[in-house]
Amino acid sequence: MDQNELRSIVEAERSERRPVQVRVCTASACLASRSREVAGRLRAAAEGAGLGDRVDVREVGCLRLCSEGPLVKVEPEGVLYERVGVDQADSIVGAIGGGTAEARVGDLSEPFFARQLPIVLENSGAVEPERIASYLAAGGYGQLRRVLREMTPQQVVEAITRSGIRGRGGAGYPTGLKWATVAKMPPGRKFVVCNADEGDPGAFMDRSVLESDPQRVLEGMAIAGYAVGADQGYVYLRGEHPLTIRRLRLAIDQARRLGVLGSGIFDSPFNFRIDLRIGAGAYVCGEETALMASIEGRRGTPHPRPPYPAQSGLWGSPTLINNVETLANIPAIVREGADRFAAIGTASSKGTKVFALAGNVRRSGLVEVPMGTSLRTIVEEIGGGAPEGRSIKAVQTGGPSGGCIPAAHLDTPVDYESLKALGSIMGSGGMIVMDDRADMVDVARYFMEFCRDESCGKCIPCRAGTVQLHRMLVRIRDGQATRDELHRLEGLCEMVRHASLCGLGQAAPSPVLSTLRFFREEYESRLIGG
Amino acid sequence: MSVHTLRIDEKDVSARAGQTILEAARENGIAIPTLCHLEGLSNVGACRLCLVEVAAVGGGTRLMAACVTAAAEEMVIQTDTERLREYRKMIVELLFAERNHVCSVCVANNHCELQDMAVAQGVDHVRYDYLEPTCGVDLSHQRFGLDHNRCILCTRCVRACDEVEGAHTWDVSGRGTLSRVVADLNTPWGASETCTSCGKCVMACPTGALFHQGSTVSEMIHERTRLSFLVDAREKKQWNA
Repeated sequence: MDQNELRSIVEAERSERRPVQVRVCTASACLASRSREVAGRLRAAAEGAGLGDRVDVREVGCLRLCSEGPLVKVEPEGVLYERVGVDQADSIVGAIGGGTAEARVGDLSEPFFARQLPIVLENSGAVEPERIASYLAAGGYGQLRRVLREMTPQQVVEAITRSGIRGRGGAGYPTGLKWATVAKMPPGRKFVVCNADEGDPGAFMDRSVLESDPQRVLEGMAIAGYAVGADQGYVYLRGEHPLTIRRLRLAIDQARRLGVLGSGIFDSPFNFRIDLRIGAGAYVCGEETALMASIEGRRGTPHPRPPYPAQSGLWGSPTLINNVETLANIPAIVREGADRFAAIGTASSKGTKVFALAGNVRRSGLVEVPMGTSLRTIVEEIGGGAPEGRSIKAVQTGGPSGGCIPAAHLDTPVDYESLKALGSIMGSGGMIVMDDRADMVDVARYFMEFCRDESCGKCIPCRAGTVQLHRMLVRIRDGQATRDELHRLEGLCEMVRHASLCGLGQAAPSPVLSTLRFFREEYESRLIGG
Repeated sequence: MSVHTLRIDEKDVSARAGQTILEAARENGIAIPTLCHLEGLSNVGACRLCLVEVAAVGGGTRLMAACVTAAAEEMVIQTDTERLREYRKMIVELLFAERNHVCSVCVANNHCELQDMAVAQGVDHVRYDYLEPTCGVDLSHQRFGLDHNRCILCTRCVRACDEVEGAHTWDVSGRGTLSRVVADLNTPWGASETCTSCGKCVMACPTGALFHQGSTVSEMIHERTRLSFLVDAREKKQWNA
């Protein structure tokens, strides 16, 4: 498809837009509380009120305040309705153009929204994830086009390096360095892989990004492909997320049909094709070497690095593996320039981070803040603090590979180094708030149970060690352990951490070690004989 | 072909490019314990017994599996530190605790690599819970048997079958501690359509998990040399054992 046809799609999309847009969130959480029915009723109500030519009811992505869904936003009035029931549709339509609806109105100036800085989520809740025209009208694929026309692959890699962005999957490896490594490998078959195997308990960022703005991630992958010299991309995602799979499949089909993916993209010699690979639900497949084994059709178990995927990845070819959020940042970095991106955040952690805020907080949902924002801001201001009459005890970040940060350290800025210094990690963005009722030994036990069940069984420390660690934690929690057992727990934690083959095993003891560091008295007070 | 010089346990050692730390060490008479490694098969770095301490660039050491780490110029390696000895001991204890290893009634008693490893690492008791899982014994094959109680999931049988025999009858199903070696798509061994009954898996097994039917306590001797003879014959064209 040529330029003019694309332009006419964008123009048609813009001109057909009606004056009032009613945006209904259809990401997983709102969908689960019947937002699609709400959308249907809103459409019927608009027709019924004779507003068919003035009002558009659009099914958009995540509007972020998941705990108050289903969410409906009316633009350009800028009114957000929370917990919208099917029976409130008429009233909401009736209030268009003045008047009050009999529905709960959210406050868009409250910290939950005001303290956020959406970059990755800039289109979330605005574009329609199931229609590429909507993404194109929002400027989508403009950056891929610009990169193909105006920049050399080398310049793209340089821009990403200068932006200072680091991997959003958790480890924080410099993205530019990874791109440069793959780009410098001799020409030949190379691959770009988007790691969407999000599996941490309580984490739903990547899934929300893909359900809300899938084209953005595809555009990021294509730019990456151009920069490193790859012509094939894979998105690896979980079979447990059927909505994400459906929307991504649709997005790839639409992009291919319009020629923004495929051969000779934007009349350049650049070809890029993207395929989906669906995992069968093994957490370890988020680990990059296991992920590649799974894509190749083998049993999803990790293998030792080096060689790193950047040198020898899929079928032995250099492979760039980036997380969903990292790739979703790419179009914005290219558009705004590396320096503007690098101006956001702290000295060593640039840009923003998306968190899935959940647990014992008043407002939970998707939160995007600049790096360096304090945990207190996220949890107390944005999240509204603990529920009535409770106080925050700890914040868990990084899932089963992370740790629990006690309330005393809430002023810690969120960046890779600060969280690491506290024995936790940035992780992919799960953030679980725990109030004073939380039993920290049981929290550690829970995560160990998770690792035990998800261990692939290849290496002995992780396979047999997590089983033993879990049993010890159960005994300590139930007051059936002696001090000797606690020492054994610590010794085994050290071994599993240093001797395991992959990141899953190496990080499995982290929740135990971190709770031992900050909440040791909860362990010691339960020991037999004190 | 380039050659690297490195230091293993205070001894200067040379290694051809591409050789692993394990190969370089063994060539020079430095013993590093292994269980999942078997001469002639690919290395998977799974048992973690061959972990060695490699001096890191920024100071301190990194633990690396000797069987899968290539020897490099000026590497400084320790293979037998107190920390490594403690880790190895723990790993062997974890293996004994994981399944039902009862040497006194085992066909491989006195010819068992797990047993030898326990002796070598000074394991005189197990600090962890015996998990006592319920494991099956597959006696459906005419000549061989598989006792899951004695399996340590080293996957040597899987690799011998795939890489030397080329049948790939064996693989692993399940995950974590519930992993089991399975024939084909989890059929009884005797019903396997791919098994050629060559017995290479039995030769490769370090414990009494795979055995000749009819053998009793201590009778099962794995003919490991036949495997390496085959591999040498094919790859190096050496036909004299």
